Amino acid sequence: MDVIIIVLLVLIGLSTFFSLLGVFGLMRFPDVYTRLHATTKCTTFGSLFMVIAVMVYGVVRYLEVESYNQGSFIVLTVHAFLAFVAILLTNPSGAHAIARAARRTGIEPEQAVIDEFEEVK
Amino acid sequence: MTSLGMAEVILIGTFALGIGMVVSLLRLFLGPTSPDRVVAFDAMNTLVVGIMIGLSAFYEQVVLIDIAIVYALLSWVSTLAIAKYIGNTKEKEG
Amino acid sequence: MLTFLTIFLGCLAIYLLLVAGSGPGATFLTQLFSYEELIAAVLLALLTAVVTRVVIGKAVNDNMLKNPLRLGMFVFYTFTVWLYYLAKANLDVAYRVITGRIRPGIVRIKPGLKTELGRTILANSITLTPGTLTVDLDDKKDELVIHWINVGEYKDEKEKLNGVCGPFADWARRIAE
Repeated sequence: MDVIIIVLLVLIGLSTFFSLLGVFGLMRFPDVYTRLHATTKCTTFGSLFMVIAVMVYGVVRYLEVESYNQGSFIVLTVHAFLAFVAILLTNPSGAHAIARAARRTGIEPEQAVIDEFEEVK
Repeated sequence: MTSLGMAEVILIGTFALGIGMVVSLLRLFLGPTSPDRVVAFDAMNTLVVGIMIGLSAFYEQVVLIDIAIVYALLSWVSTLAIAKYIGNTKEKEG
Repeated sequence: MLTFLTIFLGCLAIYLLLVAGSGPGATFLTQLFSYEELIAAVLLALLTAVVTRVVIGKAVNDNMLKNPLRLGMFVFYTFTVWLYYLAKANLDVAYRVITGRIRPGIVRIKPGLKTELGRTILANSITLTPGTLTVDLDDKKDELVIHWINVGEYKDEKEKLNGVCGPFADWARRIAE
């Protein structure tokens, strides 16, 4: 086994672990707000490891292939990073919009120990 | 475990994210209220972006990753639009 | 003038990142960019900065755009401090998904930020950090409504603010004000 295969297996394993954890939190938690906690954080972190794995793959393949074909692997690495930046910028505000809409429709948080929300006029 | 190449490892990762998509599809189907469904939809969008990034490495097609960037931004806009729509309606149970 | 420089540098960086790897050469440095793309990048960034300088300068009345260093500080903050807290938040959520031990509640905090940009950075930062999620933003009273998955012990407002947002209020103030 190559060292790089082991590194990629660890990265993909972490990605799978966090993404599936987020999805199982989506199935398991009792109400909308806690489900949002699970999905936004864990799927963002899972795709971070997927992006790191693809970047490692791009760098390794860049060193392997002939020079006339190397440009596409630079594009692969850089654009994977840009896709992650897009996820990172859009995910929290999407979650914020969903939580706000849920509160406006009048869904109460379940098992809440404290609720200081009043309707903002 | 003899001939496990790099691309196959990434393909395994995309399969796992696909399983996650199926499970969140279940929440999209079950979800008691409509915000629950939107949460499941949002999770599915993030997983689709992850799958596209993985597949673009597997097939070595750079176009897929550009589509992933545009998909992430457009799915964000659609989530915002649905959230805005839901936020203006009062919902009783179900 | 500084607004112009900030927009120019931001557009240039984004364009160059998007076209990296377009060069025809055989070594890494010549493969990175072709001359045509470099010229197009400078021209397009100049055009964008000239056209949008007045509009953005009027619409966003913040100090962030007047200083390119703050943009750099924002990038630095995102990829060091914030990523560390993101990792911590994920271990926390993993623990809660597996054990199912939650104690949720909705609290209001008063971070005391003056600009809208600062509030936006703070709200988006604390959405991805341990156990907190921004639900609503009250601009008139300068308060954030936050869903906290594990309500901790606090005695006064200051301890509550510290428990919810940690160092982020200071960072948002440093970047945006």
